[in-house]
Amino acid sequence: MARTIIPFGPQHPVLPEPIHLDLVVEDEKVVEARPSIGFVHRGLEKLVEKKDFLEFVYVAERICGICSFIHGQTYCQAVEAIMDIPVPPRANYLRTVWGELSRLHSHLLWLGLMADGMGFESLFMHSWRVRERVLNVVEATTGGRVIFGTCKIGGARRDMDAAAIQNTLAQLDIIERDLGDITKVFLNDSSVKRRLCGVGVLSRQEAYESGCVGPVLRASGVAQDLRQLGYAAYPELQMEPITRTEGDSFARCAVRCGELLQSVSLIRQALAKIPPGEIAVKVTGNPNGEIIMRTEQPRGEVVYCLKANGSRNLQRFRVRTPTFANLPAMLKLLQGCELADVPVLVLTIDPCISCTER
Amino acid sequence: MKPEQTLEIIAVTTLLDRVEAQRARGARLVQICATALPDKFELTYSFELAACLASLRVEAPRQNPRVPSICSIYGCAFLYENEMHDLFNIAVEGMKVDFHGSLYNTTVKFAFGEVKAPAAKPPPTAAPPQPA
Amino acid sequence: MPYFEMARLALKWALTKPPTTRYPFAPRQPIAGSRGQLVYTRDGCVYCTVCAKKCPTGALQVDRAQKRFILDRLRCISCACCVEICPKNSLSLSTDHGVPVASKEDAIYGGG
Repeated sequence: MARTIIPFGPQHPVLPEPIHLDLVVEDEKVVEARPSIGFVHRGLEKLVEKKDFLEFVYVAERICGICSFIHGQTYCQAVEAIMDIPVPPRANYLRTVWGELSRLHSHLLWLGLMADGMGFESLFMHSWRVRERVLNVVEATTGGRVIFGTCKIGGARRDMDAAAIQNTLAQLDIIERDLGDITKVFLNDSSVKRRLCGVGVLSRQEAYESGCVGPVLRASGVAQDLRQLGYAAYPELQMEPITRTEGDSFARCAVRCGELLQSVSLIRQALAKIPPGEIAVKVTGNPNGEIIMRTEQPRGEVVYCLKANGSRNLQRFRVRTPTFANLPAMLKLLQGCELADVPVLVLTIDPCISCTER
Repeated sequence: MKPEQTLEIIAVTTLLDRVEAQRARGARLVQICATALPDKFELTYSFELAACLASLRVEAPRQNPRVPSICSIYGCAFLYENEMHDLFNIAVEGMKVDFHGSLYNTTVKFAFGEVKAPAAKPPPTAAPPQPA
Repeated sequence: MPYFEMARLALKWALTKPPTTRYPFAPRQPIAGSRGQLVYTRDGCVYCTVCAKKCPTGALQVDRAQKRFILDRLRCISCACCVEICPKNSLSLSTDHGVPVASKEDAIYGGG
């Protein structure tokens, strides 16, 4: 049968960020997908040579707009581990709260994009309407809607007083009610089910061997969540990884919907238990040593490899983002799928290409 | 909080055997990191099993660095190895999926391969601009 | 019934007040504590240049001899590092977001 090559991206209405795929199709069935990335490659890893390690937090935060806070948090945690800086407990709780708010807004953004990718525009608008409330809470507590700017080496830059905590909890009640509404549509609506169920099935073995991370791995039955490693305030909070066994796009959507409600519960727990005290310690000296720090971003496991040699600038800064680990799985899922399922499959791993390319 | 991790420096010739041993014990490939130092390249392969991270480090010479590909053992490594080639000009032999340098389309080829000394910070008080 | 989940949500929001503000006919309600544009008050400034040293993007230049404070608004990322470090509290962040400009000029305060 004759093969056609259809270029998908880098500009496409369903793509949040530019990625180019050459889809080799045989009469509406995709046989192979050849990726080509590098459209947003900014060479951020090389910037360590110019910015000293204290200023680099601002660069690390700006690797990605959606998962920005946890990038900054992981960077700070990595440098604090190299330099053995004791972060005060209140700063750990604040970082946890902001990290979970970041997860809330990221998953809501993804739910909206998935609805948009299926053509369900009104559900997309409703998801983002709920996300606006989350962003208002973030702006009130950190000062920025997308780039929070509150993590620094040694702790946090801003505190949340009692009034801010009360306001956040009140807004969380409304957010939770709205989340209930839209997750009910995502999980029960028949058109959503018809587009997502059975599309892009990843078995447990395939997911583990392809190196998948995050909700993609959890939807195939592997209960791995890096928040259980015990960084920030997570050792004192109760959480269980949310898993599903079907491994199709619907399962990945359901895992993310479950994580939304889990994040609300985690924020409530953290704000109830937050201890009083200072929020930052002074940092003196330069880092010397190397470390690999891993945290759980909304999209999965992010790995930061830092190497320092005692000077003001780090020697090596390497970020392995979750989308980079999920890309082989996406390319595998695209083989043998229908052409109309390509947007769903590209979006189902929650691609964050600007993170991937740095 | 220092996460649990081990680092071991191994020779290039033992790389494939060690990676096969990791695969046999059920570990998953976490990441492959290439660092450009003034006198050598350091390639760190990290594997994880049950929340414990084990890293293997291979050192490659600056001139003509070559390493074997681990794609035969861990299929998903092709992305990391293509990235190593595109950014650092490290030749990886036997990649399962080879993009021949077109994964990262940058104007400056092999941009991370050069190591510069950190630039001195410019003095904060600059000369005032001439009034228009 | 699964068909009517979305219909119920759509109907509910058709009958509720829209959550958006009718900007520009209704005024914008800025959120307190939001990080916006840098505001410089010349009176307290002693031109110690600490803010320029701390700025991560190099958006500030301070000339002690000429008593000049130069701010590149397009480089400023509103991180508030300068606000925290200023010993005379002559810098603050307002809640306005920046306005589009036609040319990339620095904002110059003072001068010889």
